[in-house]
Amino acid sequence: MAVSHDLRTFKNAAWLGWQMEANWTDPFVFATYSIVKPLAGSLILVFMYIVITGGETQTPFFSYMFIGNAFYMFVAEVLFGVTWVIHDDREHYMTLKQVYIAPIKFYTYVFGRAAIKIAITTVGVLITLAFGVIWLGVEIDLGAVDWLVFIPALLIGLLTILIMGLALGGVTFLTAKHGMGINEGIAGVFYVLSGVIFPITVLPGWAQTISHLLPVTYWMEALRRGLSPDLMASLPGSTGLSDFSNLEILLPLALSTVAFLFISTAIFRYADRTARRKGKIDWTTSY
Amino acid sequence: MTDTWLVTNLRAIRGRAYPRVIGSKRELSWLFFDITLPLLTVSAYAYIYKYIQAPDEFVGFVILGGAMTAFWLNILWMMASQLYWEKEIGNLQLYLIAPISRMSILAGMAVGGLFMTAIRASATMVIGVLLFGIVLSFAQPVMLILIFVVTMISLYGMGMMFASLYLLLGREAYHLSNLLTEPVYLASGLYFPVKALGFWAAAGASIIPITLGLDALRQLFYPGSGAEYGFLSVNTELAILAVLCVAFLWLSKYSLDYMEKLGKTTGRLTLRWQ
Repeated sequence: MAVSHDLRTFKNAAWLGWQMEANWTDPFVFATYSIVKPLAGSLILVFMYIVITGGETQTPFFSYMFIGNAFYMFVAEVLFGVTWVIHDDREHYMTLKQVYIAPIKFYTYVFGRAAIKIAITTVGVLITLAFGVIWLGVEIDLGAVDWLVFIPALLIGLLTILIMGLALGGVTFLTAKHGMGINEGIAGVFYVLSGVIFPITVLPGWAQTISHLLPVTYWMEALRRGLSPDLMASLPGSTGLSDFSNLEILLPLALSTVAFLFISTAIFRYADRTARRKGKIDWTTSY
Repeated sequence: MTDTWLVTNLRAIRGRAYPRVIGSKRELSWLFFDITLPLLTVSAYAYIYKYIQAPDEFVGFVILGGAMTAFWLNILWMMASQLYWEKEIGNLQLYLIAPISRMSILAGMAVGGLFMTAIRASATMVIGVLLFGIVLSFAQPVMLILIFVVTMISLYGMGMMFASLYLLLGREAYHLSNLLTEPVYLASGLYFPVKALGFWAAAGASIIPITLGLDALRQLFYPGSGAEYGFLSVNTELAILAVLCVAFLWLSKYSLDYMEKLGKTTGRLTLRWQ
């Protein structure tokens, strides 16, 4: 009974999220918007690369960079998506208090809203990758994909990001604008230090040490190994994790998910209690 | 004695600029985020250029572009979207009944926003330069200042025009600003020389003042790079930017009057939560 109640909450929250994401315009404009935005982000990197190499995109490093950048969309969008639920409902639509006192689990509501963000981002990632494979020669061969590495890596990584987003959502409860800054800051740190668009071996030694502690570093490596095993084998030089076996990559990722589950839940619960005590559930700050 | 029209409007400009100027130091933690966030992207792109062994000036190009993103984001979120936000929180009707020119409100927003953003962009630039050991040329300081000033006037003129256009938007405002972020970074060549887009694409992107302004600044900071990476000559870019200044300021006045009239006619000027 409780499960079906939660499923209904999840479904309705996802539906609400979809309406908020998509019904501000007609389907054609929304489809264009959903395609142009991620592609433009990737094309910045493409032009940066082309201007130096003179148009040579069929290299292992180009594929490495392109694939990493495509999957990074999940990090940025999902982290932001969870935080934005709190911010948008409280500050903009001023409906958070009604949602909060409704007889539903707030976690289920937040995850339902975030699920639609993941779905929309997945479309963006797929379009970007397809664009890369078809027009730019990005090395992905569906026949060669190591699904046993790729699927678990994708799911575990997404769960980790979602759980991290929950902690940031908690921070948003207690702050006016810092939630967004912290959110973008963390996503930015991952972008620089997690080997998203270049191997971490380019970084100074101290930064590489931090890179090895970040789950996204292992996630990016696992995704690339799963999606394009030949690419990773042909990449000149080390990625910083080249000596690790697939299991040694997936294990820290899974462990970090469990660790973040406890940490994020604790942060969110603390923030939730504090927000309730200080009257911040229906707080508006005009940001 | 009653104030003249000019004095009243100058006061309105000062009054609207004041919260942005004072706000820039009110919450220092926001300053931290505003400075460090662009640096993260800039660092990532700088490391890519290092990895693919690009000429040294490209790291400088990226840092300059990263600093300029602050101005573009300010245009989108604190100029273009501002009247929309004012409508959402109920301030817009107060502006409309005040005995001042609406242009003074926009000008105040622009002056305050420019001040606030200039501090952040300068900090990003200085830290980036120190972090990556960039050497910039200041051989033509007058031209540097002139290009920057003309770029900012035309850019904020464009922002004032957008503010009017956004006035009739509902939730589209948020999505439109989102849509105008990465694609404009791409079209304006914020992280690579815009010349790489090809002549016609770069010419089309030149309608966004930051495109030519940044290209000219790069040529001035790296005098040897103009022939290979510059889109047009600095003088030509300055002339086009001057034309854009006049055009955008005129268009902002025209669109503000038009949108206000349209908003009153359709009754949407104070409509919230669309």
